[in-house]
Amino acid sequence: MTRHIRHAAFFCALLLVALLVNATRIQLFEAPSYDDNIANRRTTIARYGQPRGDILVDGEPVTGSHDTGEHLRYERTYTNGPMYAPVTGFASQEYGTTLLEHAEDGVLAGTDPLLSPFALWNGVARDRYPGGDVVTTLRRAAQEAAYEGLAGRKGAVAAIEPSTGRVLALVSAPSYDPSALSGNGASVTRSWSSLNRDADKPILNRAVRKTYPPGSTFKVVTAAAALDAGVVEDLDDKTDSPDPYTLPGTRTSLTNESEGCENAPLRKAFEWSCNTVFARLGVQVGVDRMAATAGAFGFNDADLRIPFSVAESTFDTKVDKAQLALSSIGQYNTRATPLQMAMVAAAVANGGQVRSPYLVERTTREGGATVATAGSRPSRQAMRPSTARLMKEMMVDVVREGTGTNAWIPGATVGGKTGTAQHGLGNSGTPYAWFVSWAKGDRDLEPKVAVAVVVEDAAADRGEISGGGDAAPIARAVMEAVLKSPARKGG
Amino acid sequence: MTKAGTTLVAADAPAPAAPLPRRRGIELALIVVAVLLSVYGYCAVGLARSGTVPPGAAGYGAGLGVLALVAHLAVRLRAPCADPLLLPIGVLLNGIGLVLIYRLDLETPGDRAAPTQLVWSTLGVALFIVVVLLLRDHRVLQRYSYVCVVAALVLLTLPIFFPSVNGARIWIRVAGFSIQPGEFAKVLLAVFFAAYLAANRSALAYTGRRVLGIDRLQLPTGRVLGPIVAIWLLSVGVLVLERDLGTSLLFFGLFVVLLYVATGRTGWIAVGLLLAALGAVAVGELEPHVHGRVEDWQHPFASIEAGEGPNQLSQSLFAFAAGGLTGTGLGLGHSILIGFAAKSDFILATAGEELGLAGLSALFILYGLLVERGYRAGLALRDSFGRLLAVGLASIVALQVFVIAGGVTGLIPLTGMAMPFLAQGGSSVVTNWAIVALLIRVSDRARSRLGVPKGEESAAPTPQDKHMETAR
Repeated sequence: MTRHIRHAAFFCALLLVALLVNATRIQLFEAPSYDDNIANRRTTIARYGQPRGDILVDGEPVTGSHDTGEHLRYERTYTNGPMYAPVTGFASQEYGTTLLEHAEDGVLAGTDPLLSPFALWNGVARDRYPGGDVVTTLRRAAQEAAYEGLAGRKGAVAAIEPSTGRVLALVSAPSYDPSALSGNGASVTRSWSSLNRDADKPILNRAVRKTYPPGSTFKVVTAAAALDAGVVEDLDDKTDSPDPYTLPGTRTSLTNESEGCENAPLRKAFEWSCNTVFARLGVQVGVDRMAATAGAFGFNDADLRIPFSVAESTFDTKVDKAQLALSSIGQYNTRATPLQMAMVAAAVANGGQVRSPYLVERTTREGGATVATAGSRPSRQAMRPSTARLMKEMMVDVVREGTGTNAWIPGATVGGKTGTAQHGLGNSGTPYAWFVSWAKGDRDLEPKVAVAVVVEDAAADRGEISGGGDAAPIARAVMEAVLKSPARKGG
Repeated sequence: MTKAGTTLVAADAPAPAAPLPRRRGIELALIVVAVLLSVYGYCAVGLARSGTVPPGAAGYGAGLGVLALVAHLAVRLRAPCADPLLLPIGVLLNGIGLVLIYRLDLETPGDRAAPTQLVWSTLGVALFIVVVLLLRDHRVLQRYSYVCVVAALVLLTLPIFFPSVNGARIWIRVAGFSIQPGEFAKVLLAVFFAAYLAANRSALAYTGRRVLGIDRLQLPTGRVLGPIVAIWLLSVGVLVLERDLGTSLLFFGLFVVLLYVATGRTGWIAVGLLLAALGAVAVGELEPHVHGRVEDWQHPFASIEAGEGPNQLSQSLFAFAAGGLTGTGLGLGHSILIGFAAKSDFILATAGEELGLAGLSALFILYGLLVERGYRAGLALRDSFGRLLAVGLASIVALQVFVIAGGVTGLIPLTGMAMPFLAQGGSSVVTNWAIVALLIRVSDRARSRLGVPKGEESAAPTPQDKHMETAR
């Protein structure tokens, strides 16, 4: 019997070993895959178990954390939520994160291994770090000016610093308060569905995620291409262009809003925004060189990130001459985000160089120690510096005596270009009013701000919509705000 | 610490027996450690959850301490030679169980189970003391084996007349108390099996018909085998009716182990495994409740892939995974996600999450130690009934721990069962204290007879052994 008792005891020992081995398998070897399972709420609970880091504008947080004492403990709060929503996005326990909250989630939520001073050890211990902060390039004054300028209308504003690519303002209207999506209660679900049902699409970030036909503001690109290609050598030489202009290969004739465009020299044609002249110039430059210049400005780039992704602005490269003519005046398939058009203005202001735009100056640990900086951003030559000089002259003329006089700022040099973009089937939609511009204070060495404004004001009478009337005053307010408020060191 | 005394068997003629160390002082010291560990756990939960020591910490510690101390005095009085590890392990497991239930109570303010569990623990210790004080010799139980089996069958059948709870018909509700009679039945059945097999051992082992004319394949006569198989089939059948798969598996395993130990025939294991496999396949295919459990075991994350969210098993696996090596710390896990059975069937998931692999292994080893001590007592005893009883009781603990721990860690299909001492459940705690009491009784017998050598098979330590032991 003794022998068999020992056998039975051995059997029990085997059971114990099986349990120990299996527990080791689950808790050590399978654990990472279980932790990452989407249905495992622990990740979410841990994520909301500590306050999220903040997003800073001009050194002040525009976000906060509210301790609910609930299971998912900390909820996001926003100061001036609607104004900064196109930058911050939302951080919702129910619906995830968007925009900066999404792109910088690792730092804000404290999961980024860079946050740890002892990365290796924390990898072993699987600890979380306190959430870090995201310092933006935004300028509060510019953001406020843009937000107030758009008040009550649909549209967007993007402003950047031409010499660096810093995004100074990014506004989309109508907007929403991201606080309404924080947490996970019934009110959050209600807000979510009503925001998504809203025909005005308040969550849509029009400044970077919506593309518009750029209309006449695209003439900046066409003019630069024509000058770079040598199609036009003197701004004041007559261009051999008829009015109206019959699109090549068709019997459609293109007309102008203003008088005196027939054979108008480039300077005058730019000032008065002559469709006929630019349509013909585009055809003369040719689709390849037009596409190359547009590409150098940033068109047809699907990979732009600031750090969240920017919708691709397009210039169609497979067009016949008639389509090219329309493309060259910002119609047909030409589409641009407001940020892209701000880059166009910035390229002119910056001697022809396009700086990649960016929104995050640096990320820091909880105490303020830097984790990562924006670093040096790539730049591209969109046009020759000499061309840029001529473009600047022409843009200044637009503001001094052309269609953009509403953007004039005393004590500063301002260059601009208006646009009124037709859209919809047979151009039935209310046109979009555009204005792109840049400004240099009289005591500045270089232009300090480039801005693009688009107003899609469905309520206004169609005849009154114009870039000069609707969009230029908003651009002026933003430029003034940037010129008057000195930049804070380090954002 | 008693290794030299129990495992070394003198081959030569018996020397005058030296008294075996009784080690009651060590037992007392270990009990104090067990109580302190439990109180520490209780404080740790409070500190983690609210930053303060819970107000009841002193009272709780005093309560557990007094219970353990009274039990210790009973052992000192009536079982002075008993194995000194059994009682401290019982106290520690019960204490950890109370801490875990108290910790889980904090998540479900509407359903406080810890106070009830403390009351049941008191009843359990009371039963322990009664058994230790009144049962002078375990062999008395042999006389009552048929009373035991009748009582066991009655207890097993009772729940059929009560409504089922969560798919299993294993509870009876009397005046607000719910009792799980199957828990008590397992001790009674172990006593019966041990007594019957001890009485019919030689008949089972050496008589019977040969099958196919081969000596090794010899079936005992139906007259000997019949009654026990009938009783076994009856209990398993009842349990299948009640959908208590875990307990039927436990009875099955207990029966096979005892039959093997009693007869020494390897064939029983083969037959047992064959029957178990057939039964498992049949029940798994035919019974929808069980079939679902098997499906869950094979594909724990199927419900997640189907978009229905995690089921309890996957939540349990998530909890173990979250614990990792060192655990999140008492009170700092998220066991609430496991759902309604977190305090009973799935309490081990909380242990795994908050104490980690380290804590879980410690728990398993505590159970392993308890089982090993039971087997050790069985080995040291000389009467067949006592040996089979000790082996049976130890196997109950071992099988039960394996079935439930294997179930919640995804090793085997899940069967609703209570982790001995840890899980919420009055019947379970009381039964486990009864098991420890019986083990104390048999170990006392086993160790006291070590000091009094009988016949040529003396197991008393020789002077050399004694010398070796003191030299250590």
